[in-house]
Amino acid sequence: MHGRVKIKTTAQQEEEKRKEREKKLKIYVAARDACFSKRNEGIWDDEALQLTQQLLSSNPDFATLWNYRREILMHLETVKDKDEVQKIYEAELSFTESCLKVNPKSYGSWHHRGWVSARLPRPDWARELTLCDRCLSLDDRNFHCWDYRRMVVKMSGVPVDQELAFTDRLIGSNFSNYSSWHYRSTLLPLLHPESPEPPSPCREPPQSSPPPSPQTHSHRVCEEQLLKEYELVQNAFFTDPNDQSAWFYYRWLLGRAEREEMISCVYVNRDEERVAVAFSRPVNAQSVGLFLVLDGQPQRVEWRSVHPRFKQSPVWICNLPPGTISDITNERNLTVHWTEKHTHRDCALYTGRTESWCRDSATDQELFRSELSVEKTSVLQSELQSVKQLQELEPLNKWCLLTIILLMRALDPLGYEQEMLAHFRTLKEVDSMRSAYYSDLCSKFMIENTILKMEYAEVRVFSISDKNLTTLCHLDQLLLVTHINLSSNHLQRLPPQFAMLQCLEVLEADNNAIENLEGVYHLPKLEEVLLKNNKISTLADLQTLASCPKLKRLDLRGNPVTQTANVESELAELLPSVTDLLL
Amino acid sequence: MAAEDLPSEFDVVILGTGLAESVVAAACSRVGQRVLHVDRRSYYAANWASFTFNALLTWIQEHKAESLSEEVQDRSSLVEEGEELIYLSGSDSASISNLQVFCYISEEAEEEEEPPNTTEEEEAGAAGEDAAKEPSETESAGSKEEETGEAAEGDEQAAQEQGEEPEADQPQPSAPPSQSEPTRKKISYTQLEKEGRRFNIDLVSKLMYSRGSLVDLLIKSNVSRYAEFKNVTRILTYRHGSVEQVPCSRADVFASRQLSVVEKRKLMRFLTSCVEETEEHQAYNGRPFLEFLREQQLGDNLQHFLLHSIAMVTEDTLTEVGLASTRHFLRCLGRYGNTPFLFPVYGLGEIPQCFCRMSAVFGGIYCLRHSVSCLIVDKDSNRCKAVIDSRGQRISCSHFVVEDGFVGADRQVTTPTRFLSRAVLITDASVLPGDSEQQVSLVTVPPTDGRPAVNMVELSPSTMTCIPGTCEFTCCVSVCPSAENRPAVLWCLYFNMADGSGVEPEGHDLPSNVYVCSGPDGALGHEHAIKQAESIFLKILPEEEFCPPAPNPEDIIYDGENTSPTSTGEEEGLTAAGGEGEEKQQEQQEEETSLQPEE
Repeated sequence: MHGRVKIKTTAQQEEEKRKEREKKLKIYVAARDACFSKRNEGIWDDEALQLTQQLLSSNPDFATLWNYRREILMHLETVKDKDEVQKIYEAELSFTESCLKVNPKSYGSWHHRGWVSARLPRPDWARELTLCDRCLSLDDRNFHCWDYRRMVVKMSGVPVDQELAFTDRLIGSNFSNYSSWHYRSTLLPLLHPESPEPPSPCREPPQSSPPPSPQTHSHRVCEEQLLKEYELVQNAFFTDPNDQSAWFYYRWLLGRAEREEMISCVYVNRDEERVAVAFSRPVNAQSVGLFLVLDGQPQRVEWRSVHPRFKQSPVWICNLPPGTISDITNERNLTVHWTEKHTHRDCALYTGRTESWCRDSATDQELFRSELSVEKTSVLQSELQSVKQLQELEPLNKWCLLTIILLMRALDPLGYEQEMLAHFRTLKEVDSMRSAYYSDLCSKFMIENTILKMEYAEVRVFSISDKNLTTLCHLDQLLLVTHINLSSNHLQRLPPQFAMLQCLEVLEADNNAIENLEGVYHLPKLEEVLLKNNKISTLADLQTLASCPKLKRLDLRGNPVTQTANVESELAELLPSVTDLLL
Repeated sequence: MAAEDLPSEFDVVILGTGLAESVVAAACSRVGQRVLHVDRRSYYAANWASFTFNALLTWIQEHKAESLSEEVQDRSSLVEEGEELIYLSGSDSASISNLQVFCYISEEAEEEEEPPNTTEEEEAGAAGEDAAKEPSETESAGSKEEETGEAAEGDEQAAQEQGEEPEADQPQPSAPPSQSEPTRKKISYTQLEKEGRRFNIDLVSKLMYSRGSLVDLLIKSNVSRYAEFKNVTRILTYRHGSVEQVPCSRADVFASRQLSVVEKRKLMRFLTSCVEETEEHQAYNGRPFLEFLREQQLGDNLQHFLLHSIAMVTEDTLTEVGLASTRHFLRCLGRYGNTPFLFPVYGLGEIPQCFCRMSAVFGGIYCLRHSVSCLIVDKDSNRCKAVIDSRGQRISCSHFVVEDGFVGADRQVTTPTRFLSRAVLITDASVLPGDSEQQVSLVTVPPTDGRPAVNMVELSPSTMTCIPGTCEFTCCVSVCPSAENRPAVLWCLYFNMADGSGVEPEGHDLPSNVYVCSGPDGALGHEHAIKQAESIFLKILPEEEFCPPAPNPEDIIYDGENTSPTSTGEEEGLTAAGGEGEEKQQEQQEEETSLQPEE
C-alpha cells in the first residue's frame, strides 16, 4: 500500500546491531589492554583515569580497574592540593552515580563510592543520604544501598530518631520489606532502652549524646514503646497475614531471652568415681578453665565430652583418681569451678550414699519459657488475644498458628498442651511442605512438657510414649534419668547426644523406626535395652552397645537384624555381658 | 496550510479533534491511509480540551454568545450527476449549555503582596444525569459535579439542574485538620489572570485507569512517548460530614488510622476474594451489590468505601456489575502507583493531541479553523464520495468520520437527551490537606437524598494544571462560614455538557461510510471513546491492525521517491496546539511516570 512507512526488517536490525557490537568490543578490548599496560608500567595519570572511566561506565563490575583507579587517586592525593582533591573526588562521585544508574547492584561501584566518600576532604553526607533514599525508592531491597547507607549514617552521625522515622517511611510504603523492620529492631533499643531499674515511664531519648554501642546495651525496648510497636506490627499482619516480615519482627518484639551461662548440674558417682557436669549451653570444657576441687584439694582430672563427636557439649565427665572417693563411710565435698565465668557449684557426697548431685531444675529456671518469657504475662496474654482474633478470621494461616503456639508456650506450656497439639495438626495440613519441621518442633515442645512433668513429680523416670516424636532434644536435661520410655513414637535414631543420659539403667524404645544406636555409648549403668519392632538391620549398628559394660538384657525382636545368619553367636561374641537376649 | 489548497484526494477525512476522532486518525495514518483531520475550532481536542485560564474565559465567552447561525453557502455547483448534498451543522454549540461563572475573589490583592509559593488548585469535573428530567433513568450512575457543600448561592441554573446543585444550606463538611494556617496568602483575580497561562483546565473530569483501554492503547501504539503522567496519589470520600481517605492499596490499608485491625483484615480478604470470580459471587448474580456487601459482614465503614469509592457504583447496581467494577479497580491498582489511576501532566487535553501527533508523524494532514460544510453522496450506492470544505474545495474521500456535534440535528437519530453537569473550581487548598502538597486526588461523594453521586478530581500544581501560591481566603460570603479551616473557592464555573455515551457510530440518517464519534461521556475512564474509535477503525479497515507499535525513528527507511510528510506533519500537529510546547518541556518535573510497560 502506498504511503505506508517502510521499516527495517528484523534481520537488518540484527545485522546492524551485530556490527555495532563488534565495533564496541574492539574499542573495549583496546582500552582494556591500554589500561593494563599502563598499570604494569606504574603510570598514574589523567589519561589512565579517562580510560578506566570509559571502561567502567560500560562494565562497572571490573574490580581490577576500580583498584587501578584507586591507585591513581591515591597518587593524585599526594601531588594535588586539598581543593583539587575535593574536585577530583566529587567528579568521582558523579561518575559512580552514573555507574549505579546502569547497574544499581554493582559491587564495584558501591564499594568505590564508599571508598571515595570516606576520603573526601569535605563530604556532603546529606547528598549521599538523598542518593540512598532515591535508590531505595526504586528498589527497597537493594542491600548494597542498605550497606552503603549504614556507612553514611555512621560517618555523618544521623540521629537515631531520624533513622527511626526513616524506617517508618519505608515500612509505610512497603511493609513486606524485612530490611526496614530489621533496621528498626537495631534502632529501638538505642532510642527507647528498657529502663534497668524498676520500670519507670519511658524518658525522652537523649538527643545530644551519641548512642551507646549496641554491644554494651540491652537488646530490649521499654514497655511504652513496645506497645506502640505491637500495634504497628499488628496492622501489618492483619493487613497481610501471609507476609513473613511482620511476623519475624513480631517474634523479635516478643523477646528472646539470653540464658544465663552457668553450671546447671554436678553429678558424682562413688562406685565409678566419676563426675558429670552439665552447663546451660554447650561449652568446650577443655578450654574454658574448668577445675574440680575435692575437699579443698584441686584435682588433676581429664574432662571428656560424652561422645567423641562433640567438641562442644553441655555435658562433660571426668574420672577421679582411683580410690579418691570409693570409701563409702567418708563424706566428700566437691566444687566445680568455671573460671572463665567466675562461677562454681558445690556438691556434697554424704556418708553411705553411692551418688549425689546438685542442680537447678528446669522448673526453677523456667527453662522452656525462655524464648518469650521476657515479657510480662499480661502483655503476652493480650497479644495472644489479638492473634487469636486474627486466627478466627484466618483459621488456616500458618504464621498465625505458629505465633499462637509460641505465645501459649510462653504463658502456660502444660495448660495449653492440647490446644497446641491441635494447632500443630492444622499446621501440618495447611503447610504440608514443612510438616517434618512442625513434627520436630512439636516433639521438642512435648519433650519440654514431659521434662516439666517429671520435675514436678520429682522422679528420675522419663516417659514419653506414643506422642509422635520424630526427634529427641534437651537430652542434657536428662542427665539424672535412670529409666526412659520412648516407645511407640517415630524416632529413627538415638543420636550421639543420647550419651548424656549418664545415669540411664533402662532404655525402652519399642515400636519406633530406629536404625541407628550411635548415642547408646559408654552408658556405665545401662542394663536393659528394649528395641522391639525397630529397623536395626546389621550387627554393626549394635556395635556401640558393646561400650556399655553392664548391659544384660537386650530385646531385638521384630528387627531385620534378627534375620542375619548366626546372629545369636555373633551377638554373644559382640556383647558378652548380655545374658538375656530376645530375638 | 490554510493559505494553500489542500490535496483533493484522501482516504479518510475526519472532522473534529475529540479523543475518538484523534485515535481513528492515528490508527488510519499508522497503517498508511491518507488522512485529512480538520476542526472548525481554533484548538485541539474539542470538548476534551484543556485550557489555560485565559483561554477558558474566551471559551466561556464564545459559548455564552449567541451562536451565529452561519450562512449556509450553496455548494450545489460542485455537485455532479447522480450526487446529492448533505449539509453539516456549522457549530456544535448545542453540546455545551448553562454556563455559570462565579468569582469569589477581589480584583486586586489586598495587602501582603508577597510572592506566592505553593498552592492547590482544585478542579472538579463531574457528570450528572438529569434526574429531574428523566427520573426513571437511574441506572447509569451519572455523577454530578460539585464541590461538596460549597455551592454557589442564588443559582440561576435552568430547570433541569434543580435539585442537583448543592444547596447553600447543605450541611457543611466538617473542617479537616487545619494545616499550618498563618502562611496562607490571598490570591487575587488579577493574579489568576496573570498566571493564567500556567493553568491547564480540563473540560472533562476523567482519569486513566492504569489497565484501562486508553493506557493499553497508549503503550501498544507507542503514543505514550508523547506525554508524561502522574499517579493519582489518593482516593477520598465524603462521609459523615467529613472528607476521609479511602484505603485501597495494601500500603494504604496498613497505614489507615480509621480502620481497626479486624476491618483491615476483612477489607484485604474481601479484595483478594474479588480478584477471581467464584461460585459464591455468581450466586448473587441479579441481586443488588449492596446486598452482597452486607452479607459479607464487612461493617458500615468498609461497605461505604467499597460501594462508593472502589466499585464506584450505586446501591442498586447488580452484584455482577459491582464485582466487575471492583475487579477492574483492583487490576489497575499497583501497576504504577498506590491508586488505580493516572493523570496526564498538562491535563487530559494532551491525550487527543498525542494521537493527532502520531497521525501527523505518519502523514496525516492537520487544519484547525477549517471545517467540512457538506458531504457529497452518491445516490446509487448511498456512500459519501467527497466532502466540500469550508472554503468550497471539493475533496474526495473513501470514509468520513465526524464528531456528533457537527451532524445536523435533522440527521441525528438519537438526539442527546442527557446532559452531564460539570464544574471547575479553583480553590486555595486541598479538601484534605495531607503531608504532601502534591497530592492528586479522586474524591467520590456518594449520592444523598436523591442527589446523584459526584466524582471530583483534585489536582495540584504537580500536574502542571494550576499555579503555585498559598493563599488565605475569608470573604467567601455566606457559604463558607468556617473558611479558615477549609479550602476557599476562588473561582468556579458550572456548565452542562451533552453526555456522549448515548451516541452510536452508526444508525444516523447518513451514508454507510460516514461514522459519528461521540463527545465525552460521564464515566470516569475512557473506555467508551477508545472502544468507539476501534470499532470505527475496524469498519473502515477490517483487515488492518489497530494501532500497531510505532517503529523507532531510527528504524524508518527514508528513500528518495517516498518522502512522506513525516517530519513536516509532526510540526504542524504541535504548533497548532498553542505553541507552548517548549515552555512545557522546561517545567517537567522529575517524578513523572512514563508509561513503560512493566518489567
